[in-house]
Amino acid sequence: MGHSSAVDVCNVVKRYLDDPALPPALNNVSVNIAHNEFFTLLGPSGCGKTTLLRAIAGFETVSSGDIFLGGERINDLPPYRRRINTVFQSYALFPHMSVAENIAFGLEMQGLGKQAVPKRVKEMLALVQMEHLANRKPAELSGGQQQRVALARALAPQPAVLLLDEPLSALDLKLRKEMQVELKRVQQEAGITFIFVTHDQEEALTLSDRIAVMSAGNIMQIGTPGDIYERPQHRFVAQFIGDINFLPGQMRPGHDQPVFRPAAMPVDIPCQPPSGIDLSRVQLAFRPERSRLVDPSQPHHLRAVIETVMYVGTATLYRCRLPDSSQITLRESNEGGLARNVGEGVAVHLPPQACLLMEA
Amino acid sequence: MIAQHLKKLPLTRETSLLVLAYLYLPIFVLIGYSFNANRSATVWTEFSFAWYERIINNPSIQVAALNSLVVASIATVLSTSIALLAALATSRPFYGRRMVEGSINLPLLLPEIVIAVATLLLFMSLGIKLGLVTVTIAHVGFCIPFAYLPIRARLNDMDKRLLEAAGDLYANPYQVFRRVTLPLLWPAVLSGAVLAFVVSLDDFIMTFFVAGPGSTTLPVYIFSAIRAGVTPEINAISTVMLVVSIVLVVLSYWLGQRGRSKAN
Amino acid sequence: MSTIGSQPVIRRLLLLGPVGFTLLGLILIPLAIMGYISFLPRNLYGGVDWQADWQWHSYVQLFFQEDFDGNLELNWVYAQALLRSLAQAGGTTLLCFAFGFPVALWMTSLSERSRNLMVLLITIPFWTNLLIRNYAWLIILRENGWLAQAVNGLFPQAGGITLLYNDFAVSVGLVYSFLPFMILPIYSTLEKLDWRLVEAAYDLGATRWLALRRVILPLTMPGVVAGALLVFVPSLGAYITPALLGGGKTLMVGNLIQQQFGTARNWPLGGSLSFLLLGIMLLALILFALYSRKAAKSMHRGVGA
Repeated sequence: MGHSSAVDVCNVVKRYLDDPALPPALNNVSVNIAHNEFFTLLGPSGCGKTTLLRAIAGFETVSSGDIFLGGERINDLPPYRRRINTVFQSYALFPHMSVAENIAFGLEMQGLGKQAVPKRVKEMLALVQMEHLANRKPAELSGGQQQRVALARALAPQPAVLLLDEPLSALDLKLRKEMQVELKRVQQEAGITFIFVTHDQEEALTLSDRIAVMSAGNIMQIGTPGDIYERPQHRFVAQFIGDINFLPGQMRPGHDQPVFRPAAMPVDIPCQPPSGIDLSRVQLAFRPERSRLVDPSQPHHLRAVIETVMYVGTATLYRCRLPDSSQITLRESNEGGLARNVGEGVAVHLPPQACLLMEA
Repeated sequence: MIAQHLKKLPLTRETSLLVLAYLYLPIFVLIGYSFNANRSATVWTEFSFAWYERIINNPSIQVAALNSLVVASIATVLSTSIALLAALATSRPFYGRRMVEGSINLPLLLPEIVIAVATLLLFMSLGIKLGLVTVTIAHVGFCIPFAYLPIRARLNDMDKRLLEAAGDLYANPYQVFRRVTLPLLWPAVLSGAVLAFVVSLDDFIMTFFVAGPGSTTLPVYIFSAIRAGVTPEINAISTVMLVVSIVLVVLSYWLGQRGRSKAN
Repeated sequence: MSTIGSQPVIRRLLLLGPVGFTLLGLILIPLAIMGYISFLPRNLYGGVDWQADWQWHSYVQLFFQEDFDGNLELNWVYAQALLRSLAQAGGTTLLCFAFGFPVALWMTSLSERSRNLMVLLITIPFWTNLLIRNYAWLIILRENGWLAQAVNGLFPQAGGITLLYNDFAVSVGLVYSFLPFMILPIYSTLEKLDWRLVEAAYDLGATRWLALRRVILPLTMPGVVAGALLVFVPSLGAYITPALLGGGKTLMVGNLIQQQFGTARNWPLGGSLSFLLLGIMLLALILFALYSRKAAKSMHRGVGA
C-alpha cells in the first residue's frame, strides 16, 4: 500500500443498508490500480462495478474496508475533497450553464484564478475538439458532443484519477467506436489514471491496460486483456469474455503427463492443469477458434458431427454435436481452409495450449 | 396506445361542458354586471366603467387594497423562504419524512374556521393587539404549504446526478446549493411565491378574525359590504380581485412549466 | 443505499426549524389554548374565567342542556347543526362525484394539449377568492335575480320559490367550491389506468356501461376516495358558503363556531364545537387511511399488470 499505486481498494465490503441480510453489493473486494493505467471494471449489470466506482468517487459509503488514493486513506472524505473526477453515464451536464461554464465549474470550485480559468477551459475545448460550441447549452448538443463536454469537464481540474461510468453506453455503435479511440488517445495524452466501468467485454478488451472482471459483488479475476481472454481462471470469466466451449469429464494420469478424458467420448487429451484447483471437479474449456479440424482418420481426437453452418465473413462457425449429444462451437478461418457441410463428421484436435482447465 | 375512441364514454362530453359552464357562469355574470350602468342586478342598461371609477376613488377601498398588498408581500417573502428551507430538508428520504411532510401540509387539511378562532385566542391570551402584524403572522402559517408544494415537486424532478457531479467537481454543499440547486429551482420558488401571494390576497376567514380595526383587507371589506347590501361597486371590486387572481395563477403555472423544460 | 452526501441530522433539523416553529406557534399552541379554554367556564362579560376549575360543561352543552331543576335533557340545537353539516358534506361529496367523474373520464379521452388546458380551466376557479365566488352565486340566486324569475315563471303553482338563504343555495355553493377537488384526483388516477384492461373487457363482450361499472370504477376507487376525502372534510368545516348563501335556519358547524366568538360570547362552547369538528374529521381521515391501505394490498394480489 504505497504511493506506487494510484488507487488501492483493500477488503472493501458494502452491504445494503435497508436489508443487511442480502448478499453484499461488494464482497471483500481488493484491487490495486497503477498510475497512468487504463483500468476497466467489467461485468454484467448488478455485479457491483458501478458501486465500486461510486465508492471510490465518494458517492457511496463502505461498510468496511479501506480505499486509498495515492497512499492516503479517503474513506471519510466527501467527494469534493477527493482529487477524483467522474464522467457520468448520463453526462450530468449542468443545463443552465454553457459548455464553457460547465468545464470551468470544477476549476472555479478549486479556486483557480480568474486569469487561469479561461486559459485552461480553452485547452480542454481543444483537447476534445469542441471549441466552436463553447457557448452552447447542453440541451443544444448531440449525445456524442455532450459526452465530450463531460469528459473535458472532468479532466479540466487535473484529477489524480478519472472515473468513467459506462460513458459510451448511450451512443450508437459507430459513434461508440469513434469515442473509444478518442478516449484512449486522451488518456495517453493526458497521462491520467482511468478507471472505466463497462458491461461490454469487447470495449474492455480494446481499451484496457488491465481488466477486473466482477460478478455479484466479487472480483473474479484481474489481468491484462490477453490474460483474461486466453487464461480465464473461472468459468464465469471464461463465459463472460468471448465464446467458449465446456467439456465435462475427468483428469487421469497418462503416460508422461496428466490427460483429460471428456465424458463425451473416450479420448485422452493431454493438458497441463494449473496449480491450486480441485482436480476432482474440473472441466475442459476451449475457445472455438483454438481448436483445429484434422483428418478424421487420425485417432485420439474428438469426433463431432456438424449440425449448423454459419458464415460470418472472415470465418465460419460450425455448431457440432458430440457423441454424447452435447454441443460445441468451432470457428474456422475462411482463408484457405475447406468449407465443411452440414452432416459431415469431423475430428477436432485440441492443442495443449488451447486447453483451459477450470473448476466446474 | 389504446384507441382514443375506447375512452369516449357517452354523455361525458355533455356533462363536462355543463360543468365547465357551471364553474364559469358565476364568474362571467359577476364580471358582466360590474360593467352594467344600471344599479339593479337584473336590468341591463349599458356598458359603463362608472363603478370602477367609484371604487378607485373610494378611500376605504384604497386603504384595504394597500393593506392586502402589504400583508401579502411580507407573508409571501416569509412563507416562501420557510417553505424553501423545508423543501430542501425533505428532498431526501429519511425516517419519518412522510409525517414531516404531512405536518407541513396540515394547514391545508384543517378547517380554517377552527384555526382562525384558535389563532385569535393565541393573540388574545398573549395580549397582542390585533392589527396588520397579527394578520401577517397568521397568513404566513397557511401560505407555507402553497409555496412548499411547487418547490418540493421541482426538487423531486431534479436530476440527483447533477448535485453529485457538482460535488465531484469540488463544490462543497453550500456551493452546490448556490451554483446548481438554486438556479435550477428558482422558477419553482417564484411559482410558489406567486401562489402564496394569491392565497394571502384572497384570504377571508383568518383575516376576519385576527384583523383589528383599521387593518381591513379587501376580502374583509367586501364581506362587510355584502352584509350591508349588494351593490355594483362590490361587483367591480370583486371583478378586479378575480382578474388579479387569475392572472397571477396563470403566471405561476407558466413559471412552473418554464423551470421544468429548462432542466430536463 | 445511503450516499455519502446524505445530510446529517443536524442540518435537516436546522432547515426544518422555521417551519416547525411556525407549525408549533400557529397551529399546535393555538389549538392547545383553545383546548384549555374549552374546559373553563365562560365569563359573563365575554371571554373565560381563567381562575376557575376545569369542567366538562362546554362538551356537555353540545348535546344537553340543563332544565330548571338542574337535570340534563337532550338539546338538539347543536346536534342539528352537526347533522346538517354532515348531510351537506355528504350530499356535496355525492354530487361532486356524480358530476366530477364524467368530467375526469372525458378529460382522459382528450389530446395532451386539451387535457392540460382542461386541468388549467378546472384549477383556475380554485385559486380565485372563495368569498367572491360565493358572492357571485348570491347575485344569481337572488330573489329578483333572473334565475329565480325564470324558475318561478316556469313553476308558478309552487308559490314563490326562493333559491337563496336555504339548504339548496348552500349546497350549490359547496358543490361549486369543491368540485375541482373531486375531479383532479380522479383524473390523476384515470391517467394511470391501464386501458388495456378496459379493452379486454370490451373484447369479452362488456357494454360500455358494464365496463365502466365493473372495470373502470373499481380501478379508479383510490382516486375517488381521495377526492371524496378532499371534498367531505373541508365541506364539514365550511364557513363562507353557509354564511353568505345560507340563512339563519341553515347553520353549519362553522357558523356556530363563529357565533360563539362573536355575538354569543361562549368561548368554551366554541372550543368544544371546534374539537368536535376536528374529531369527526380525524375519524374520516383514519377511515380513509385504513381504506387506502386495504385497497393497496388487494390491488397487489389481484391485477398482475
